Amino acid sequence: MTFYGYRRPDGRVGVRNRVLILPASVCASDTTRIISQQVEGSVTFNNQQGCSQVAPDQQLTMDVMAGYAANPNIYGTVVVSLGCENCQMDLVVAAIRERTNKPLEQVIIQEAGGTLKAVEMAVRYAKQMVADASMLQKEEFPISELIVGTECGGSDPTSGLAANPAIGAMSDLLVQAGGTSILSETPECIGAEHILARRAKDQHVHDRVYEITERFEKHFHGVGEDVRAGNPSPGNKAGGITTLEEKSLGCIHKGGHSMLNNVYDYGKQVSAHEGLVLMDTPGNDPSSVAAMVAGGAQVVVFSSGRGSPVGSPISPVVKITGNKLTFAKMEDNIDFNAAPIIYGEKTIEQMGEELLQMVVETACGKQTKAEALGFTETAIARMCNYV
Amino acid sequence: MNVNAMIIDGKDNVAIAIEPIAAGDTVTYLVQGKPVSLKAAQDITIYHKLATRPIAKGEPVVKYGEHIGVATEDIPVGAHVHVHNVVSPQEDRRSKE
Repeated sequence: MTFYGYRRPDGRVGVRNRVLILPASVCASDTTRIISQQVEGSVTFNNQQGCSQVAPDQQLTMDVMAGYAANPNIYGTVVVSLGCENCQMDLVVAAIRERTNKPLEQVIIQEAGGTLKAVEMAVRYAKQMVADASMLQKEEFPISELIVGTECGGSDPTSGLAANPAIGAMSDLLVQAGGTSILSETPECIGAEHILARRAKDQHVHDRVYEITERFEKHFHGVGEDVRAGNPSPGNKAGGITTLEEKSLGCIHKGGHSMLNNVYDYGKQVSAHEGLVLMDTPGNDPSSVAAMVAGGAQVVVFSSGRGSPVGSPISPVVKITGNKLTFAKMEDNIDFNAAPIIYGEKTIEQMGEELLQMVVETACGKQTKAEALGFTETAIARMCNYV
Repeated sequence: MNVNAMIIDGKDNVAIAIEPIAAGDTVTYLVQGKPVSLKAAQDITIYHKLATRPIAKGEPVVKYGEHIGVATEDIPVGAHVHVHNVVSPQEDRRSKE
């Protein structure tokens, strides 16, 4: 199977061709919004971080910023910083340059002489980049070039019965074809670690599965809380999910039956052609999707029993539900209906093939429902409070 | 025969309603293609769980062939199984492999 995408100078392949206006901190985010509004073909997002952070917390922000810029769906990036934030321009540029050699421009608001002057500079850079990007022709690539992120949010029992198994079948097919599939959401491995650990490639990967789940739980104990206090959510429970363990056992179906080859920390660069990997992300959907996209996922497949609208500024997000009532009620938000699995009309394998087809069509340029609605909301995980 | 529930693993002691079920309705699910029926003790919201075997207080609730919780009271066959009668098992994660 093949798709048509954009070859990048760093060797990776994009499925979209956008210019990123990257806010280095919360203090640059209003400015990047104004810039992006004036440049058709550009994207931006609200960065709530970038300042007043201790080192490990700032690292999460830096990895998402660098990963977004390096994601092959992005042609090039205009970084906009205020000037005095912790995520200094030279640090952000160095982090991006560690990951990619794509076009990069810089605007520092305090040096440019305020918002309006910074906007003018950045708009000129971005318009030139969009013009350059528009000259690129698509080429045909094997689907082994794809890194697909998998997510579940607003889960209900149909997620574990149909939508996630269909994603798992798609993931297995992608892995067999030589691609990479990312399983995510560390709290939603709790109660199912032993199943993932049994499928680990080696002892190191096996131990890492336990390490990230234990670290996640301990983190909450550190502030006197239990991760189970907020997970499952009220919507999960209303749908019929009783415990976090039940949710987890449904969640991990997204990884199919493939061998688990690696466990990545939040937002780190994921390798192509690596098969099934796990990334340490929170259960919060926008920040989990952000980490996988920062890792290089060109497409995200996202199951939702209750009907989540979440998109991404960088990568198309394909929505799938196993709940026939949700599909009927929220068709404007959901791309794929996996309910036929529950009612014996189609097998998991058939739906996995159909879903892979939809992933390939999406990679070729077909708009997802979230893209059509212009949904770009995103979030970055936090380690602790601001200083 | 109206199949209105499903069971995932042979070890499970709960089934999932795949249609809305009212108290007194016949609940039918397939085990290796063969229908098994019981009577619903309560209304069961679509996609919620009901007991297929009596589950004693303190016994594990099993779905996907795995422990998803522990019963906090005796749960009779056909009863709704959810947050009112189940808590997280919180088992030692490394002992289960």
